[in-house]
Amino acid sequence: MSIIVTDAGFAPDDWSAGFETETALDLPSDTDPEALEFDADTQMIRVDFPSFADGRGFTLARLLRLRGYKGRLRAKGHVISDQYAMARRSGFDEVEISDELAARQPEAEWLFRSNWQQHDYQSRMRG
Amino acid sequence: MYSYTEFDTAFVAERNRQFRQQVERRISGALTEDEFKPLRLMNGLYLQLHAYMLRVAIPYGTLNGAQMDQLALLAEKWDKGYGHFTTRQNIQYNWPELRDVPDMLDALAEVGMHAIQTSGNTIRNVTADHFAGAAADEVADPRPVAELLRQWSTDHPEFQFLPRKFKIAVTGAENDRAVIKAHDIGIQVVEHGGEIGYRVLVGGGLGRTPMIGKELAPFVPQEDLLPYVEAVVSVWNLLGRRDNKYKARIKITVHEHGIDEIRERVASRFAETKAAFNGADLALFDEIAAQFAPPAFRNAPTEAFDAAYEADPVFRAWTDSNLTAHKAGGYAIAQISLKAHGETPGDATAEQMRVMADLARRFGHDELRITHEQNVVLPHVHKSDLPQIHKILKAHGLATANIGMISDIIACPGMDYCALATARSIPIAQEIATRFDELKIENEIGELKIKISGCINACGHHHVGHIGILGLDRAGVENYQITLGGDATETASLGERTGPGFPAEEVVPAIERIVGAYMDHREGPEESFLQTYRRLGMAPFKLALYGEDTGKRSRAA
Repeated sequence: MSIIVTDAGFAPDDWSAGFETETALDLPSDTDPEALEFDADTQMIRVDFPSFADGRGFTLARLLRLRGYKGRLRAKGHVISDQYAMARRSGFDEVEISDELAARQPEAEWLFRSNWQQHDYQSRMRG
Repeated sequence: MYSYTEFDTAFVAERNRQFRQQVERRISGALTEDEFKPLRLMNGLYLQLHAYMLRVAIPYGTLNGAQMDQLALLAEKWDKGYGHFTTRQNIQYNWPELRDVPDMLDALAEVGMHAIQTSGNTIRNVTADHFAGAAADEVADPRPVAELLRQWSTDHPEFQFLPRKFKIAVTGAENDRAVIKAHDIGIQVVEHGGEIGYRVLVGGGLGRTPMIGKELAPFVPQEDLLPYVEAVVSVWNLLGRRDNKYKARIKITVHEHGIDEIRERVASRFAETKAAFNGADLALFDEIAAQFAPPAFRNAPTEAFDAAYEADPVFRAWTDSNLTAHKAGGYAIAQISLKAHGETPGDATAEQMRVMADLARRFGHDELRITHEQNVVLPHVHKSDLPQIHKILKAHGLATANIGMISDIIACPGMDYCALATARSIPIAQEIATRFDELKIENEIGELKIKISGCINACGHHHVGHIGILGLDRAGVENYQITLGGDATETASLGERTGPGFPAEEVVPAIERIVGAYMDHREGPEESFLQTYRRLGMAPFKLALYGEDTGKRSRAA
């Protein structure tokens, strides 16, 4: 099982269509930016974080948003609560973590970073 | 100079609150040591040989008296009464306890300072020309753009887990005092037809694979700078190697893909990043630039300076070596050497810090700078105040007259502190400085920059020293390789190895032989060591170092 983290805290996964479908994309962290494409039917894109030290997923999320993706965008894997604000600011809507990680980093630690819209230098740069 | 906006103050307070919680979670076990490591690093906290080390950012090397006073307080309260200024214009405390670090960060925040992104795989503290805003030769003050880049890079959500660290340096003058060609991105403020813009270099760096930066763009206009730099880091974040940390820096990415391919990728990414900016950054830049308006210089006679210069040979020697031309009449840029012969290069005691803070307040428009050469600068002093300034410096062991000379040595902390070091650096620097002070020939030698690193990571910039010294471990014994002809300025070059290295006790005699060969071969005192080396090449120095035999062997080979 896995847990979905949003600004509201922990919740079970409500995406029932799976990732073996036309409307969802499951991307590895080494996705070539040239191949980073989606179409009008894409409703969910999930980007893998094999290690919390691998920051490529943040740039992939940003590029997806810059390229006009408006659907659901999820970071999945080894993302720690300290990275929640980075994930949200890069364009992710939510983070999918394992039960083990959720046990070690409980909901309160993620909620501690749910104020990601505050204290954000980027929003000052971009108006 | 820049003072924090309400936003900056609130940001740093929130960041410190987060770090305090991270320290608690590490202690409770909620964070593993692996997970805590990058978090403490991006807040400036290293684990060294003997203890934690806190590296505090001094953005573009600029600080005021109150900030310097606070650095002194940290040194006394949480360290052993001193601090160490570094080649990236930061200050390091070598002995803090983990539990005290959140309090140290709060103390820094009181004076508008922090330790954010002084370490880790992040965009590091942005450095700049230490004479910014004072130098007679600059196109524009580089600090406003350095501050803009500081704000842009601080907590940038995409760039906190990069393949490796990323360093940016900015110069506002053609004469490069910020070593921009040895940075991941080097930025030079340029003017084309009345418009200010930026020449952007990429892929410079020292370390185990030294590279001179290459030009990526000759002129990036103000409105494109942030999206352009963002495009560079974005391209590298996805393209840079993550399989081998020794091949992760952008210099290797540029080397492997070629500058032309990188330029194309950046241009195409820039088309995307640019769309996310709407000009708010330009308004912010103007607000920042207004804070760097020059101080009100006074128009006053300089007879007091001239009289002291005539009468006092010690003062004269100090002004001859430690002053640089200022853009305002009657003013000078004065360097305070932290290279007293036999002392640790770059160290200052809390008392010395307070003396410098006080001098800045009384005589220097409340401004100080830290140089990448590990000295301190009073950037705006009226010449008539210099005799008094010199007298106070002398009373506190701060009046060493050796800027740019053989004893003004850059040295990394080396094996005395650093967990990565393979040899000692500080004692070698101390021995060289002490020896040439005894010989009383420093002035005669003239400009000669020695830079010492205690391992191949090259924190002591040995590759770009006129004489570079690299300390290695050879089967448990320290061995020092020597390079000649390095240059850290706009005519940057990497030094060449002389040949086999030397054991620690033979380094000083080897340096003496090199200097002896220079004195014998130079065309006159006006020809510097570097000029002589560039005219003659390695041969006469090799002969002086190794004698005829080695010369013959190398010819035969």
